[in-house]
Amino acid sequence: MTVNPELVGRAFPPVGPYLVGREKVREFSRAVFATNPIFTDVVAARAEGFADVVAPPTFPVVVQEHTLNQLLSEPDANIDFSRVVHGDQRFHYSRPVVAGDELTATLEVTSVKTLGGHSMVTSESVMTDATGAHVVTAISTLVVRGDG
Amino acid sequence: MPLGLSVGDSIDTTTVHLDRVSLVRYAGASGDFNPIHFRDDVAAAVGLPGVLAHGMLTMGFAVQPLMNYLGARGRLADYGVRFTRPIVVDPDSGADVTIETKVGAVMDDAIRFDLTVTFNGETVLGKAQAQVVFD
Repeated sequence: MTVNPELVGRAFPPVGPYLVGREKVREFSRAVFATNPIFTDVVAARAEGFADVVAPPTFPVVVQEHTLNQLLSEPDANIDFSRVVHGDQRFHYSRPVVAGDELTATLEVTSVKTLGGHSMVTSESVMTDATGAHVVTAISTLVVRGDG
Repeated sequence: MPLGLSVGDSIDTTTVHLDRVSLVRYAGASGDFNPIHFRDDVAAAVGLPGVLAHGMLTMGFAVQPLMNYLGARGRLADYGVRFTRPIVVDPDSGADVTIETKVGAVMDDAIRFDLTVTFNGETVLGKAQAQVVFD
C-alpha cells in the first residue's frame, strides 16, 4: 500500500500555541550536548541580547513532532508508522527560538513521491510566534518502506 | 570576508561519546519514544543490527561545535541533513561519533559550513550543511 498522493497540498489545522519553557530548553540542551552557555544560562543569554535561554537549533523538532502526528493519523494517508524512517530534515530560521516563545505550527504536505516501492512524504511545519511573525520552518522527509 | 575564513578551512573536530543513557535522555527531552532507540529486543525484531541513536539526536549534537565556535557572531539561517547510515549504540561500549566542521562556501554576508559526521569510519549524515548569515 503506497502513501496517498492526494495528500500533496493538504494543510492541517494549526497546533499550539506551544509555550517554550526554560527548563525544557535546558533539558533539551543537555540531551544534544549543547555546551554554549546561551542554551542554559539566562545571564549568558541576556548578555548576548536574548530575552531568555536560547533553544538549540534542532529544538523545533519537538513542536514539529506534534504536527507530524496529525499527518500520521490522517485516516486516508495510508502511512504505516512502523515502516516510517526519517529521510532528511531541514530548518529554515528567521530567528532563534527562546524560552517564553509561544509557537503555533501549521503543517502542509508539499510532496509525495514513490520510488521502488518506497514512498517519500515531504512536509513543512511553519512556526510563528505570538505576534504572528515567522520563527522557523521545519521541513521533513519521511520514507515509508514498501512491503517486503 | 566574514570571520576571515576561506573555503576548505577546518574550524573544529570533536568526538561525542554516546551511551544508552544518552539515548534515553534524548527520548525524554524530545518526546521521541520509538523503542528501537532503547530496547534491544524491539530493534532485533524489526531487523536492525542493534539499538540506534535517534537521527535527530545526531543532527542535534553535530551542529554544537559550530555553535561554540560562532558564539554571538552570525545567525544560523538554515540547517539541513540527510540521514544516510544508522549509529548502533553498543550497550557496553556505546558509540563514538566524530564531527568535523569545515567552511563549504563563503559569500559577502554568509558562510556555509559543511559538517562531516563519522562513526566507525563511515559518514552517517549526507549533505549536512549550516548556513550562517552576518546581518
